Amino acid sequence: MDSLLLTYTIFLPLVGVLPILFIPQKGEGGKDVIRWIAFITSVVVFFVSLRIYAAFDASKAGFQLVEYTPWIKGIGASYYLGIDGLSFWLVLLTTFLTPITIVSTWRAITKRVKEFMVALLVLETAMLGTFMALDIFLFYIFWELMLIPMYLIIGVWGGERRIYAAVKFFLYTAVGSLLMLVCIIGLVWFHHAQTNVITFNLLELYGTHIPRLYEILFFAAFALAFAIKVPMFPLHTWLPDAHVEAPTAGSVILAGILLKMGTYGFLRFAMPLFPEGSLFFTPTIIALSVIGIIYGALVAMVQPDIKKLVAYSSVSHLGYCMLGLYVLTRQGVEGSILQMINHGISTGALFLLVGVVYERRHTRLISEYGGIAKIMPVYSTIFLIVTLSSIGFPTTNGFIGEFLILLGAFKANKAAAVLAATGVVLGAVYMLWMVQRVFYGKVTNPKNLTMPDLNWREFLYLAPLVVLIFWIGLFPNFFLNKMHTSVDTFISQVKVGQVAKVESASKFGLKAGSYHSGKYHHNLPLEKGRHTYPNKHDGE
Amino acid sequence: MEHYIYLIPLFPLIGFLLNGVLGKRLGKSFVSCVGCASIGFAFAVAALAFYDLLGRHPEERTLVNVLWSWMAVGGFKVDLAFMIDQLSGVMIMVVTGVGFLIHIYSIGYMHEDESYWRYFAYLNMFVFFMSLLVLGANYLVMFVGWEGVGLASYLLIGFWYEGNENADAGKKAFIVNRIGDFGFVLGMFMMFLTFGSLSYLEVFPKAVSMYESGAISINDISIVAMCLLLFLGATGKSAQIPLYVWLPDAMAGPTPVSALIHAATMVTAGVYMVARSNVLYTLAPTACLVVAIVAGATALFAATIGILQNDIKKVLAYSTVSQLGYMFIGVGVTAYWAGIFHLMTHAFFKACLFLCSGSVIHAMGGDQDMRHMGGLWKKMPITYVTMLTATIAIAGIPPFAGFFSKDEILWKAFQFPYYPVMGKIIWFMGTLGAGITAFYMFRLIFMTFHGEFRGTEEQRHHLHESPFFMTVPLMILAFLSFTGGWFGISPLIGHALGGVPNYLEHFLEPVFEGSMNILETVPTVEYGHGVEIALMATSVAIALIGICLAYYYFMARFPELPALIKKSHAMYYDLIYNKYYVDEIYFRVFVYPIYYLAIFFWKIVDAFFIDGICVNGPGWLVKKGSYAVSKVQNGYVHTYGAFMLLGLVGILWFFLMP
Repeated sequence: MDSLLLTYTIFLPLVGVLPILFIPQKGEGGKDVIRWIAFITSVVVFFVSLRIYAAFDASKAGFQLVEYTPWIKGIGASYYLGIDGLSFWLVLLTTFLTPITIVSTWRAITKRVKEFMVALLVLETAMLGTFMALDIFLFYIFWELMLIPMYLIIGVWGGERRIYAAVKFFLYTAVGSLLMLVCIIGLVWFHHAQTNVITFNLLELYGTHIPRLYEILFFAAFALAFAIKVPMFPLHTWLPDAHVEAPTAGSVILAGILLKMGTYGFLRFAMPLFPEGSLFFTPTIIALSVIGIIYGALVAMVQPDIKKLVAYSSVSHLGYCMLGLYVLTRQGVEGSILQMINHGISTGALFLLVGVVYERRHTRLISEYGGIAKIMPVYSTIFLIVTLSSIGFPTTNGFIGEFLILLGAFKANKAAAVLAATGVVLGAVYMLWMVQRVFYGKVTNPKNLTMPDLNWREFLYLAPLVVLIFWIGLFPNFFLNKMHTSVDTFISQVKVGQVAKVESASKFGLKAGSYHSGKYHHNLPLEKGRHTYPNKHDGE
Repeated sequence: MEHYIYLIPLFPLIGFLLNGVLGKRLGKSFVSCVGCASIGFAFAVAALAFYDLLGRHPEERTLVNVLWSWMAVGGFKVDLAFMIDQLSGVMIMVVTGVGFLIHIYSIGYMHEDESYWRYFAYLNMFVFFMSLLVLGANYLVMFVGWEGVGLASYLLIGFWYEGNENADAGKKAFIVNRIGDFGFVLGMFMMFLTFGSLSYLEVFPKAVSMYESGAISINDISIVAMCLLLFLGATGKSAQIPLYVWLPDAMAGPTPVSALIHAATMVTAGVYMVARSNVLYTLAPTACLVVAIVAGATALFAATIGILQNDIKKVLAYSTVSQLGYMFIGVGVTAYWAGIFHLMTHAFFKACLFLCSGSVIHAMGGDQDMRHMGGLWKKMPITYVTMLTATIAIAGIPPFAGFFSKDEILWKAFQFPYYPVMGKIIWFMGTLGAGITAFYMFRLIFMTFHGEFRGTEEQRHHLHESPFFMTVPLMILAFLSFTGGWFGISPLIGHALGGVPNYLEHFLEPVFEGSMNILETVPTVEYGHGVEIALMATSVAIALIGICLAYYYFMARFPELPALIKKSHAMYYDLIYNKYYVDEIYFRVFVYPIYYLAIFFWKIVDAFFIDGICVNGPGWLVKKGSYAVSKVQNGYVHTYGAFMLLGLVGILWFFLMP
């Protein structure tokens, strides 16, 4: 079964969609059947993805579990899947979070349950496909496919301003994507001009030599599409609206996984495809990341709405991820990938937790709460643990990610690291202030007195997240070990690209484009680029 | 056989988990048993390890226990590992020993609290993290403990979280500490960049060898930066200027917490850290100077605030800040062992003082204002005697513990090898501070225990000596406050007593060996015994003067003289009474500007500019524009006809014009 493992993982959710379509949702009975089918499907997907875990060999460089089938021969598009250490945990995060989200909607989504579950499962397929696609055409299809179910989830099941938020989300993302599409075509065209082959195969395209100006332009377009998704300052304003209006499940998926598409896009596409363009924009991106970290934290601090606070905290946290990627040190990049996972877990958990009280009180305003610690002690304890994870308390996952990113950044760019580290202080400020206003003090609002503590269902979907928070915090090597080889490859790929381009400009003229072409095929043992580029920053 | 060290943190961890998860259901006696037993076991293991150390050759007294590789990315490798050597051995004995006594005391003090289980769970958690801090074999494990004790402190300060000011104080403590931690983290980065490791056993030898090989010189910029950044962390955790402001507020927590966390153990973590990093600080004289100046200023500054506080715990809080200053003077002037010595004696007498104040507060029914007390010694003799013992110790009267340690620090400050002149100034600040200390501490004793009772009738009836669980720890700590200084008798006095050796200095020597070797190359002025005796006499005399003044003001002419001074020197009185308005200044300079900046970012930059103009602006334009254009499509034939005509004219013009 391993030969088609990735395909199974991607399309199993759609298999679950089929029976759901035939079940009438009149009455609670039918709705429950739909919920159970969706839940069981997502659990099966998770178990299938564990097979990926078993089959993945972290010591091998390059892509694994590869599936390749020519698809549209006329334009050279193929059905090409594979994973490596960069996407491995993101895939598992997706299959892990989806069942949790489905359980969380059990009582929260009561209207159009069928459509909701279909949207969620289609979304899972699209997300998994995006993380696994190695053909840029295929990638683009999955990338755009994600947009539709998410648009519906916000627009149909959302809050009062859901239409505004959904349209904003859609337009923002679509604008970036269309520019990216133009540049994908441009990239393929350049590749065709050099090799006479039309292909969307990412690994073939990696070696393409593109004139400097075009490379910068192409990178800018890709970066725009991905930066919107991340979201990087100042392209972030769709996020608070989308989060506030989306139902809990939507926020969890959005923050937990969809935002990672942006950072993953940089990692897989923008940076290795256009190393020189990436180099050109490095100062800008580092500056924007640091601004995002501080700005996001400050704006989060003064939000009256818990969900908005968490949304702005995402801007801050994702700023760390981008910083880690762009300092191009091992600690930075691995910390960044780990922080993507961490953010999925802790921010996902925060949205779930906000959803818990929202279901009870139908408000997200901090001022409506106060003194909750007394009324819901178990809930408060879990909230505090997740808060600690979010502010990077040692022994939790957040610490490992932030520490590695800042360490990596400090090696490469001290000023950026010092500024970014102030975000650690601000993070404690906004989270603890919120915790104080929600949980401590006397109960001032009598409506809160009757709120029941977590029920078993809620406890059970939060517990795995808490376990992971400490698991990553105490045994990060278990997670980092899967990344080492791929991250080394990634760094050398980008750096060699940058050096090669610089050299080519000075010495070899246009021919230098073939300098490293063909190196990154999955079936070839990778020659480590590091040997050709002594990297003095990575102490070994 | 060094693989048992992990048991020291493990027991408190188990206690924390048991009490946290089951404590509410299983009742108070279960919670007390688990809470105290876990610390008791930890103390037993610590004692065993200490005994193990004593049985070894001085050069082999370093036990390392590696649990697992925590993080390994590229060249960055950190193990989750514990280490016991002479320094952490002394520290862990103090932490678990004093911790155990305070746990016992808490059984009596907290017995009526409804969240009894939560209290013991947090207290166990504190000891767990504190032992990580002390036992960590590298800076990162220390940092885990460092932040962890901050969390325990946050939870315990805000233990009675229904009062918003308690929750505020907890949050303030955590955030101010985070500012320090910001420095600590950057210091670690500098260290990794310079030495490629964070492990004690790699960093310090490498620093020494790099110094010997000439790769780094004295006052190398990277080492100075590293030390200053780490010291920023220490000013947070150990409440030094400028980050001391959280500690007085932290008194909102239960009194045993103040004793354990905010006096005896956690706040001394910074001193431990500097002493641990002694090689680095010795290589960075500038950093030493900064430490010593900040410490001297803090010692004096906090002591002056202590004079006018009326809340018994606040007096002790400022006294703690001041005493921590003394410890930092010690480690700052490269007399590392003296700093640790004072850390130890201070743990005894300050824990004793806090627990006594807890006993007083207990008797007063929760009232902490000394203006309501007076004459308590008759009602609570054990508390009185023990507190008096500890007060004499802190005032620095021989042969009580505080005298030996404080005097050693002042003597070493006088001989500061790197900056002899600054050393004298710091000595002067410290000696002056010692006099003030004696003054405000005896003011506390006189106002609390002597004179007439000034509280309500109800309080008068309630007055009682505390139960057995509380008085026994008091007596043990008082005994230690009396005798604790005899472990570190200076050579001069030791000689006079007939050859009593300085056990502690001798025991700690190997830890500071690297620094001492470096310091040997620094030319120092040798002072004779005469100078030492003179300085010693000066500080004792100044302490005695302080006590006499306190007697005059607060016994002989109380309350009319203090009231008179309050009137005649109103300005100075207000300034000191309001703690020099430092909190207010911080609010004006940092908190409000950041808050308003955040509001500005949110309302103006985000909502108005980015979202309003840049994002929704084009949307609005398109909407309005298309609305305007759509007017053309109005369905009237004559409009369309007119447009056709216009179009025709246009085409003709295009083709027919040359």
